[in-house]
Amino acid sequence: MTALAWLIPAALALGLLGLAAFLWALNSGQFDDLEGASWRALEDHPPKEETSRKRGDDCVED
Amino acid sequence: MAEALISSSEEGVGNYAEPEYRRVGTPGAEYRDCPNGDPLQSQSLTLTIENMTCGACMRKVEARLNDIPGVRDVRANLSAKRVLLTLSSAAVTAQQLIDVLAEAGFKAAELSEAISSRDKDQERHLLQRVAVAGFAAANIMLLSVSIWSGGGGDMTASVKSLFHWISAVIALPVVVYAGQPFYASALTALRSGRLNMDVPISLGVLLATSMSLYQTTQSSEQVYFDAAVTLLFFLLIGRFLDTRMRARAHGAAANLLSLRATAAKVLLPDGSVETIASRRLQPGMNVLVPAGARIAVDGRLEQGESAVDESLITGESLPRKAVAGDWVYAGSINIGGPIVVKAVDTDDNTLLSEIGRLMSAAEQNRSRYVRLADRAAGIYAPAVHILSLATFCGWMLFGATWQMALTAAIATLIITCPCALALAVPVVQVAATSRLFAKGILVKAADGLERMAEIDTVVFDKTGTLTSGIPQLLDIRYGDETDLQMAASLAVNSNHPYAKALVAAARKRNLSFDVVYQTTEIAGLGLKSEVAGGEIRLGSATWCGAPHELDETDAAIWMSAPGKSPAAFTFSETLRTDAAASIRQLSEVGLDVQVLSGDRVEAVVDVAADLGIQTWRARQTPADKIEYLEALKSEGRSVLMIGDGLNDAPALAAASASLSPATAADISQTAADAIFQGEKLGAVVETLAVAQASRRMALQNFAIALGYNAVFVPLAMLGLVTPLLAAIAMSASSIGVTANALRLRSRKLEVTGP
Repeated sequence: MTALAWLIPAALALGLLGLAAFLWALNSGQFDDLEGASWRALEDHPPKEETSRKRGDDCVED
Repeated sequence: MAEALISSSEEGVGNYAEPEYRRVGTPGAEYRDCPNGDPLQSQSLTLTIENMTCGACMRKVEARLNDIPGVRDVRANLSAKRVLLTLSSAAVTAQQLIDVLAEAGFKAAELSEAISSRDKDQERHLLQRVAVAGFAAANIMLLSVSIWSGGGGDMTASVKSLFHWISAVIALPVVVYAGQPFYASALTALRSGRLNMDVPISLGVLLATSMSLYQTTQSSEQVYFDAAVTLLFFLLIGRFLDTRMRARAHGAAANLLSLRATAAKVLLPDGSVETIASRRLQPGMNVLVPAGARIAVDGRLEQGESAVDESLITGESLPRKAVAGDWVYAGSINIGGPIVVKAVDTDDNTLLSEIGRLMSAAEQNRSRYVRLADRAAGIYAPAVHILSLATFCGWMLFGATWQMALTAAIATLIITCPCALALAVPVVQVAATSRLFAKGILVKAADGLERMAEIDTVVFDKTGTLTSGIPQLLDIRYGDETDLQMAASLAVNSNHPYAKALVAAARKRNLSFDVVYQTTEIAGLGLKSEVAGGEIRLGSATWCGAPHELDETDAAIWMSAPGKSPAAFTFSETLRTDAAASIRQLSEVGLDVQVLSGDRVEAVVDVAADLGIQTWRARQTPADKIEYLEALKSEGRSVLMIGDGLNDAPALAAASASLSPATAADISQTAADAIFQGEKLGAVVETLAVAQASRRMALQNFAIALGYNAVFVPLAMLGLVTPLLAAIAMSASSIGVTANALRLRSRKLEVTGP
């Protein structure tokens, strides 16, 4: 019985983790565009420039 | 600069990182030092892009849009053919973005935010509930299987009780959360005094859960948590599939709005130009329409001359020349140079709006069609309740305790729960649409296939539907092959459909035309080329100095050269290659095939004769077409309309079911129930065959579902249905129904008569 008292909650907890992961993926839009995602994997990203960015660099000019 | 914010490869994870714009709105220390304060005033905008079909297109779109200052973030969705933009500056308008995309070769339109997000939200909510129900069903079923297999032997009562309690703890929150769509729908129906399919479902699930809870507290056997939750799981899947199909069919009239120019430039009396929203345009204003832009009003051309592409309105693929005094329509594209149009009809009074209204009205009519599943629910729900009540009363009459009677009644309700019934139609629709999709036929409306299965009359439009829209050289008048050779040498430089036809004809006759002429194309008039001795002109009759117009046909161009009298080339439309064969197939099974066209009588008669169609009508306006279709429907017929061009869109909405070739203008694609790509009319025959097979299969599925019920309901009424049996019955019927639907994908199908 003690074994069950540990195992069942453990199994449920793992299941809940899986469920939480799926719901998070769904809500963050990962399933919205399955084709586009596969194409993006093939994109080349140019290497980032080395200049350091100051705080004010990200400001948008109106 | 704004571009720095857009880079989402900050962490080197590529575009899977959450886009920057999501964080806008939280006061961020990053922006504290900005002189203009927090650049949080951002708006979002969604565009649909018709021809973004591959990864390279998607990349191009994102790159072009990213380059525009004031655009903070761009996220393209390839599957939905949409682009979501976040703008940091109010100076960027949708029209600007659309123009930039047009230059790159993409046809974009603004999508109303309200429509797109509502559909997506509904789907997402359902999917969340499917996930939760699935989790619960799997875990509870695990426990249940343990109980069933250990029940007779080693499992002690206390362990069984423990398992029941754990099942209860999992099931209770899930039943409340996952069943919410059904409860809400059931309440709405009950409030308006009706019974729909969701009433017995909700009743069954809620009663089963409460009774099981009661039984658990009594440490008893009749615990149905697994059945209740698995039921919800299957039903939610069915509903999700259903919603996904319906979400594809946006209201056609709403999409029409996105084609209207949203802002227009008005020429003020003092000569300055002001940009105002199209809704505020008044009759009498002078609207400046730049080259390549859509005209926002119906009116007369005041200044300038140009060619207008009215394909959206008339279906005519050739641009029409417009000079001062000519009438132009809202929604058409100004191809040539900038023009000024004096507005006569604006906003809701334009022809475009009128067509939109005709379409809405027709759509209202069509939504009265009651779907097969709803018709089944109308009979089923009351029957189920009566049976359950009868079980309860029967047991009480025979002297049982109320607990036993209630148990039997609830078991009956659970067994009759329409799990398979709810899946019956959606799985068939999914199988059917995926089969059609593989053949290049895209089904837009979920019940479109159902309506197509019932038709007995097929009405075709002519131009672009029966004909492929590509002209062919018919005859050379007042000239010979050397003239054709010369004409083709000029025509090679043009994209005009007639020019291409000349080149094709010359190639077919093996005429060489490698003499290179420097040509200039003049919109609305033709091509000209300077040669020793004068000018060669290829184009309209008056421009070439032709002595007279040809009487028999409008489809002709002339060529004049120094030292020769003008020659004329006439063109005919090419019928689709399998048009005759397809129409024969349709007629042979007893369907009545007709042609309804806006074109001249002679052209229609020719085509009808070639294809063996007895009934035809020519010179039909959009209103005429609707009238005719309504007349057919009032005779009790069910009509399938096949057509393209905006002037067909109201007719497509008015017919019982409709199809549209994918080479057609944008709007009619959404007014039709399905669109087919490619040059073959055989797609029409295939769609009909699949629609009829789907209907048969849906009815078979109903039979299977009801069959299971017929077997198990007596058992439930007699109190013989244990939780195990309930779970088996439900799963088996659902699997049976799905397996039957999958047969639709591979079998060869034939069209049958009405």
